[in-house]
Amino acid sequence: MTAPVSVHNASKTFGAFTALNDVSLDIKAGEFIVLLGPSGCGKTTLLSILGGFQSPTKGRVTIGGKDMTSVPPAKRPTTTMFQDYALFPHMKLRDNVGFGLRMRGMAKAERDDKALGFLDLVGLKASADKKPHELSGGQRQRVALARALAVDPDVLLLDEPLGALDLKLRRQMQDELKAIQKRVGTTFVHVTHDQEEAMAIADRIVVMNQGRIEDFGPPADIYMRPRSVFSAGFMGEVNFIPGTVKSADAGSALVETAVGSIALPIKSFTVSAPVAGQTITLCIRPEHFRRAGEAEGPVASLGEATVTGSAFFGTHYRCHLKPSAAPDLTVVAHMPQSAAVADGQIVPLAVNLADIVALPSGGN
Amino acid sequence: MRDTLTKVASYGYAGLIYGFIFLPVAVLVLFSFQDGRLPVPPFNGFSLQWYEAVFADRKLMAALANSFMVAIVSSVIACLLGFLAAYALARYKLPGSALQRGLLIAPMTVSYLIIALGLLTVLNTFGIKLSLWTVGIGHVVINLPLCFAIIFSSMGDHHINIERAARDLGANDFKVMALVTAPMLLPSILAAFFLSVTFSWDEFIIAFLLSRFDVTLPVEIWSLLRSGLNPKTNAIGSLVFLVSVAVLAVLELTLFGRTKKS
Repeated sequence: MTAPVSVHNASKTFGAFTALNDVSLDIKAGEFIVLLGPSGCGKTTLLSILGGFQSPTKGRVTIGGKDMTSVPPAKRPTTTMFQDYALFPHMKLRDNVGFGLRMRGMAKAERDDKALGFLDLVGLKASADKKPHELSGGQRQRVALARALAVDPDVLLLDEPLGALDLKLRRQMQDELKAIQKRVGTTFVHVTHDQEEAMAIADRIVVMNQGRIEDFGPPADIYMRPRSVFSAGFMGEVNFIPGTVKSADAGSALVETAVGSIALPIKSFTVSAPVAGQTITLCIRPEHFRRAGEAEGPVASLGEATVTGSAFFGTHYRCHLKPSAAPDLTVVAHMPQSAAVADGQIVPLAVNLADIVALPSGGN
Repeated sequence: MRDTLTKVASYGYAGLIYGFIFLPVAVLVLFSFQDGRLPVPPFNGFSLQWYEAVFADRKLMAALANSFMVAIVSSVIACLLGFLAAYALARYKLPGSALQRGLLIAPMTVSYLIIALGLLTVLNTFGIKLSLWTVGIGHVVINLPLCFAIIFSSMGDHHINIERAARDLGANDFKVMALVTAPMLLPSILAAFFLSVTFSWDEFIIAFLLSRFDVTLPVEIWSLLRSGLNPKTNAIGSLVFLVSVAVLAVLELTLFGRTKKS
């Protein structure tokens, strides 16, 4: 089963601390949503409110169109997968997975059958008679997933479920989670602070900071066309270049920066239309720098720059550059593997205009 | 040379300590096999006659059974109450929880004699007749703080999410406690139970002051001693010791062995 989830103007305060500040969110049925942000951004609080473990100080939560704001966890069509898995240590895996069904009054034989089915889904059917302490971290995690899914929830809430796994296992589990979500069709709401994980599994990402939603959209949009400086910085390495709008018309805006004037198309401004005199921040991803002649479409030239350091990263060279026009600025750019990069070398800097995002300075 | 000396010294020291602790028990057990009327040196020879006498003594056997009953029933009650109190204090925000914890532990610091006298006064006031039940009540009073302390200390925060998960999957408060919390804490609950059993088993002052016609074993032994030293008291003492050792062995093998594994 699956259901849409809506949060209307939810706030949560703990004494003087505001964990969640007027958050509204609409999740479609069957979506894989990732709440992404640094620790303390309110993502776990939001998840707890969805699961019913905390109630919002203000605002409402609806699941499948029904108001759930003050319904206890047991009565909600949600289940939570906890960060530490929270398996029952004294029960065999089949009893762990069948626990929710037992609470719903299902007979032993029937729930054992169903539990085995879900253990099969996560590839642990052969271990049904083991206890949790006999399993590895990744396996425990799968059991927790099977247990949460066994009661057929409309919404599955995942609280940093991959946090305790090593990198390789984490990547593997991400693929599995995504595949299982597609198969069962349940709405997944997943909390993480790892932006790569978020991009790997999410249909849409909610970027949160200081109790607010900074950005909400598909991974590619969040990465390529962020709508806040925080979101741009959190999703990956980015160069921020301050600038001022000199003039703006319906199609483009002339922006003056330390590295020269750039005529930006209006769609570079993801938040609001440019106004003359406005101070803005240009966001350029390191991989968007192009060498002259290599780019497609209209290009903005940012003058020349001196290489001050470089390191080989396998897929690319990561270089630190000092623009000749603005020696105070340091720019990080990725150069192709084949590029011969040497310190002190002078290279021309260019970026596809379509890759530049211009955001109002000083937050929203 | 120096190494050997240190080794000898440390072995000697360990030997002395263990001798100090166990020599009285060893002597007690040895003279329970005395072939003669007095449990004092010299050891005249090996005989099981005193054990025979113990098992033939109806009063002693009745006291033994009474002790078992009182120990088991009072320990079950002390564990149950201790578990419930620990659960409440560990999982809910209660008014003055530090004070309540202190009050629960407080009887540990009061001497058994005072507790027994207090209970005696209370029982008299309410006109309750002394019996094995009143001894049991006394033993619950002294063992409840112990059970509470052991179980409370094992209720870690890492259990909170597990209980939360159970609730999330549809369990009500009672089911969470009965199907998740108690089985999870079983090792410490059993440890509390067995310790409580051994304390109740050995306890004399409360049992003496709060019992009347039916008495527990330590009280019966005490009345035997009043008629002078007798290898029979050694024999019954050895049996009491054996039971305590057996309980400890069970505890060690089942619980501590298990916690090491997981």
